[in-house]
Amino acid sequence: MLVHRQARFGLLHDWGMRIGVLLFALVVFIAVFGGQLSSQSPYATVGIPGAAPGGGHLLGLDFEGRDVLARVLHGGVSTLALAASATVLVYALGISFGLLAGYSRSVIDPLLMRTVDVILSIPSLLLMLLFVTGLGGGRPVMVVAAAVVLFPGAARIVRSATLEVSTRGFVEAAVARGESTLATLWREVLPNIVPPIAADMGLRFSWSIILISSVNFLGLGIRPPEPDWGLLISENLVILPSNPLAVVAPAAMIGLMIIGVNLICDGIIRALSRGDR
Amino acid sequence: MTTTTESVPALELRDIRIELGSGVPVVDGVSLTIRKGEIVGLVGESGSGKTTTALSIFGLTGNALRLAGGEVVLAGQPLRDEAAFRRARGRVVSYVPQNPGAALNPSLRIGSAIDDVLSAGSADRSLRAHLLDCVGLPSDRSFVLRFPHQLSGGQQQRVCIAGAIASGPSLVVLDEPTTGLDVVTQARILRELERLRDREHVAMLYITHDLAVAAQIADTIAVMYAGELVERGPAPTVLRTPRHPYTRGLMASTPDHVRRRTLEVMQGIAVGVGGRPEGCSFAPRCPQVLETCVTEHPALLETSPGHTVRCPEWRRTPPMEWATLRLDAARDAPLGGAANRSRPVALEVRNLRAEYPGRRGNLTVVRDVSFTLEQSACLALVGESGSGKTTIARVIAGLHPIAAGEVLLEGEALASYASRRTVEQRRQIQIIFQNPAEALNPRASVGAAIARPAQLLRGLTRSEARAEVSRLLEAVRLPARFAARYPRELSGGECQRVAIARALAANPSVMVCDEITSALDVSVQAVVLDLLRDLRRRTGLSMIFITHDLGVVATVADEVLVLEQGTICEQGETGRVLMDPQHPYTRSLLAAAPSLSDSIAEWESVAAGRPLSSDVVMQGPP
Repeated sequence: MLVHRQARFGLLHDWGMRIGVLLFALVVFIAVFGGQLSSQSPYATVGIPGAAPGGGHLLGLDFEGRDVLARVLHGGVSTLALAASATVLVYALGISFGLLAGYSRSVIDPLLMRTVDVILSIPSLLLMLLFVTGLGGGRPVMVVAAAVVLFPGAARIVRSATLEVSTRGFVEAAVARGESTLATLWREVLPNIVPPIAADMGLRFSWSIILISSVNFLGLGIRPPEPDWGLLISENLVILPSNPLAVVAPAAMIGLMIIGVNLICDGIIRALSRGDR
Repeated sequence: MTTTTESVPALELRDIRIELGSGVPVVDGVSLTIRKGEIVGLVGESGSGKTTTALSIFGLTGNALRLAGGEVVLAGQPLRDEAAFRRARGRVVSYVPQNPGAALNPSLRIGSAIDDVLSAGSADRSLRAHLLDCVGLPSDRSFVLRFPHQLSGGQQQRVCIAGAIASGPSLVVLDEPTTGLDVVTQARILRELERLRDREHVAMLYITHDLAVAAQIADTIAVMYAGELVERGPAPTVLRTPRHPYTRGLMASTPDHVRRRTLEVMQGIAVGVGGRPEGCSFAPRCPQVLETCVTEHPALLETSPGHTVRCPEWRRTPPMEWATLRLDAARDAPLGGAANRSRPVALEVRNLRAEYPGRRGNLTVVRDVSFTLEQSACLALVGESGSGKTTIARVIAGLHPIAAGEVLLEGEALASYASRRTVEQRRQIQIIFQNPAEALNPRASVGAAIARPAQLLRGLTRSEARAEVSRLLEAVRLPARFAARYPRELSGGECQRVAIARALAANPSVMVCDEITSALDVSVQAVVLDLLRDLRRRTGLSMIFITHDLGVVATVADEVLVLEQGTICEQGETGRVLMDPQHPYTRSLLAAAPSLSDSIAEWESVAAGRPLSSDVVMQGPP
């Protein structure tokens, strides 16, 4: 039963996977518990705007003279929650659309896919801005807007994977024994289209961060003075020459998170192709 | 060619050894000589090392393998380094692949594809025409301007062969060149190859898993097992008097449509890479194994001039007795055949029409097909690809709509789609598909796959279904512990047996088998066919068996239905259709299908010094 033991621990045998999990765990830890770790307020002005590190301020001060470290430690929750919920929503929409379109082989397929094409044809940032300006810039609106902008790509990937899988014998056998469409999709199709979805997920998670950050950057999403990594980058661009750390620190956090997520997704794909379960 | 090269063999493999990086041999001690104008048939089942051996001639062993010993001598020139191999490739030795569709550049017209192989710049029209003529293709303008996708599979393969002989190589390696093609096309290609040998004196290494094909085309037969040559010699000698028990086992498990018989099943499974036992590789499966076989590795022994065998006990290998087998065929009455005319009807198909949506209206693929399937009978649907046989199977299983006509199960008309049928109707009809790799959900365990239909269609509880899984695994001759395994841990034959168990879990009355053995090795096929036969005898299951292999038809079916482009052209009792075909299409299929026993009968009559009369061969049960 060697195969079984190997399979159970296979995921963490993978160095890429290990590093990814480590990076992601680190970023999540900072985002979630950062607020409690920081002794300083993220909102209080404590010195000259754009001051370089020193005097108890490890990362210096931001464009309004607030402690950058405190703002970075407090700002992670917002970014992480926004990006994670947007990604979940993207796949809720993308998998439903893609599975139905790919499996139906009826008028539903072109109907769903043309809808998706229309969304794809509009530049993503423009669509995002339309949503936010139309509905206001709150967090739920940001999440829904990012999901609507990003799900078409996911839906296309899910659809093409579904098309390929649903011609295989085991799916036909399920249809022939009269399984309901939902049961067939859930038991036979979905488990077998995980690799392309996993490959796509890391990318789409990164894009959702970038999209949300861009909207924040334009001052339309999360309103200052709230700390948010995306927002921190944009608001501190003006003091880049005097205290570059105010931009680099939040950017590094976002970067580490994206790298971590992508390494994990790649690890999952490798594990699946090795045949772990 | 000068006279000196006439005597030099086209290829000499001397003691070839190919290893994995770990030092485990994949091919071990293979020596083979091919003379000019000779076709050597390299026979063996998947994993026996025949393709690896062939690739060593090109110095292409891939990244995972390396040529660890031995020498490749092409047309008298030993190839010792990569540069020498590179010079030889395509010039002295060329390759014809199994899948011509993938081998031809889809964006290159046929003419330019061949010009590409001819020496650059000197695109000689007459030479090109000659090459196309050699493989029986036209060389007119309209043909050479076509793209590969505008050609049939057989034409594509002939273009590949024309390309392979373009540089005037001393050896052409053909790797299962007709495996994906139907029998009529296969017969044409084999004829063209024989013509090439006789007229152009091209030497060929013909790799195949099909002994009947090898018997038809090869002058010399070399049988591989577990990376070694186990028997080698002139085709008539090897096949008339097989000396290695593996060769004999392969022959006995090869279905034959001329002499119907029960297949003999070789026990055990083929030895995989690295799993070779210390003594004889075949010892664990050998019916005549001795104690010394397990400990001592046998050497190749010469039994008669030119005939060598890797078995010290070759004298004990029983001869293949075709005459007795023929008597057997007459006595071995089909299970539900003519003797039992009054059996109840399990399934009836009436005036069935089935269509596929096309760009300009619907394309009719099945026209006015009617037949009845009696209880515990086996009906074979035969025809080339595109004849509509798979569509009929899908209609019966409720996967394809009925355009017109009826499908009746125990007298009741079935709905088009499975979802509209009653649970009882869905339970009674089960389908098994062609591709074992796709038959099972890779992410579901064997146990879960088998339990599902039992729970859904028979209403068993989870624990009842679990008990049923062990019983069904046993019924398909797999150990109960397989329930915990996943499809990727199984071989193709095991996957197919699990698929059969899954179908049996519904306790069906009609089983539709769509080419279920065509992707399997002959020895595995024999096991599956034997299993199905046993199931029919014990449970009274009726079967619709779809196949393009007439040998398989002869082995399993009571009745045959021959399809040509969606219509029935002949229908009747198996023995009658195979021995006395009425329709010209059936006759052409039968004439094209290679038969091992026929080739042997021909050699025997030549050896006996009398000409072969065709009615001797076609004799069978009345």
